Amino acid sequence: MAEEDAPEVELSGEQKKEIAKWFLLHSPGGEIQYVAKDVRSVLDDDGAYGEAASEAFPAYNKAQMICLDMPRGMGEVLITSFGELEENQFLDPRTAQVGIVDHVKQVCTDARPATDEELPSPYIEEFRCALDAEVLKYVGEAYPKGVCSVYSTKGKDVEGPGSDFELAVVIQAARNSPQNFCTGSWRSVWNIEFKDDIQILELRGKMQVGAHYFEEGNVQLDTKHECKDSTIFQSPEDCAISIASIIRHHETEYLGSLEV
Amino acid sequence: MEAALGLMRRMPPKHTETALSALLSLLPRHSSDLLSQVDQPLQVLCDIDGGKEFILCEYNRDADSYRSPWSSKYHPPLEDGTQPSPELRKLEIEANEIFAIYRDQYYEGGISSVYMWEDDNEGFVACFLIKKDGSKTAHGRRGYLEEGAWDAIHVIEVGPEEDGTAHYCLTSTVMLSLTTDDESSGTFSLSGSIRRQMNMDLSVAEGHLCNMGRMIEEMESKMRNSLDQVYFGKTKEMVCTLRPPAEITQMRMPES
Repeated sequence: MAEEDAPEVELSGEQKKEIAKWFLLHSPGGEIQYVAKDVRSVLDDDGAYGEAASEAFPAYNKAQMICLDMPRGMGEVLITSFGELEENQFLDPRTAQVGIVDHVKQVCTDARPATDEELPSPYIEEFRCALDAEVLKYVGEAYPKGVCSVYSTKGKDVEGPGSDFELAVVIQAARNSPQNFCTGSWRSVWNIEFKDDIQILELRGKMQVGAHYFEEGNVQLDTKHECKDSTIFQSPEDCAISIASIIRHHETEYLGSLEV
Repeated sequence: MEAALGLMRRMPPKHTETALSALLSLLPRHSSDLLSQVDQPLQVLCDIDGGKEFILCEYNRDADSYRSPWSSKYHPPLEDGTQPSPELRKLEIEANEIFAIYRDQYYEGGISSVYMWEDDNEGFVACFLIKKDGSKTAHGRRGYLEEGAWDAIHVIEVGPEEDGTAHYCLTSTVMLSLTTDDESSGTFSLSGSIRRQMNMDLSVAEGHLCNMGRMIEEMESKMRNSLDQVYFGKTKEMVCTLRPPAEITQMRMPES
């Protein structure tokens, strides 16, 4: 192999940054810190790495929907685009706190109470809260290490009946066992449209499962599934029960089909 | 270099080519190491003379040309391209014929190639390759897969003959990739590679090909089982850990 003839083309800082970003963004769930260490070593250019990290980590964290502990035992916050108030501030609707986050270190450095403008109206909050309680129950039973959150995504300031609004349910479960060379993640996002005029709720679910086994090789599973359903518009508590049972039904069915 | 290999173990197998070319551009001085240690899906060219296809790999490459196992000619043509010795070439031809039969029996289709070359220790090295495209549009007889590929690379280092026996060292890599896309379960994509090694000292009484053939058959069988356990077994285990199937949750309810 004529290696001596190969021209030593030095990559520009921009090119190195793009390559580093690509590697970081394609890390399997829960492995970005390991990938980051290797990328840094291979890149040999801390400036380009720093830039790549500052762009890649926020996108990765949101896509993976990572869960971070808020300081002073205030609970957990999920990093999702639904809860993003600013690039490093994420709302946790359950505790009405906003976590301030360092994306690259993947920690929540501080938390503050949410302002009234950041929270939904009392009318919407009734629905959100009831649904949150039901989903929490479901996730507690179905997922050994699952976390969830319910966000108001559209019409959060709706004061009373007469307008449409939307909520989003996010469920995430991750299992990281690097000593056993195995990691996995389950992510599901359910968008629920509350259609006031026809008194119907329309649900759209998107489930994504990933697994990575790397003991004597590199084996990865990546699956996605979408589904739809609908139910009638009722009181907040009845809506919540109905929605949670639809979610439970579809997710169980999907899991069953994966086994095959 | 260790960091580079670490990255290759974590990047999605479907993007192996992109990841590898990124690493090659970052570490040009390590290119020969990277190319020999990282498994890449196999590419294929068509031999103009025979009309048959052959598999491309580092072992039949010289500069930018590849040697066909059928005609032993380089594509694109290369003056003074490396060739095996005449005896080795004879063995190579026989190996290709036998391996093609093996491939047809086990794989019901696909493409195979065998390359041999002398090494520095008075022995030789043989490389057996198989490529099967099992997708609906190609050789997939069973018709389920949207996209499916099995690439196997078996490299056997044969030591010099001593007292009628020779030492064989087999390193096998299988790369598998499956994608299905249907109404009820959405997109399902499972892919990756596994590598194993086997060492044996065998009598040369029945010839090298016999020994190599047996080793490969045994190895492929073992690997196919491993693949089942690893690909499907481990990933299924992981999914069940994330979200145990309903029967388990039903069982928990009576307690609470």
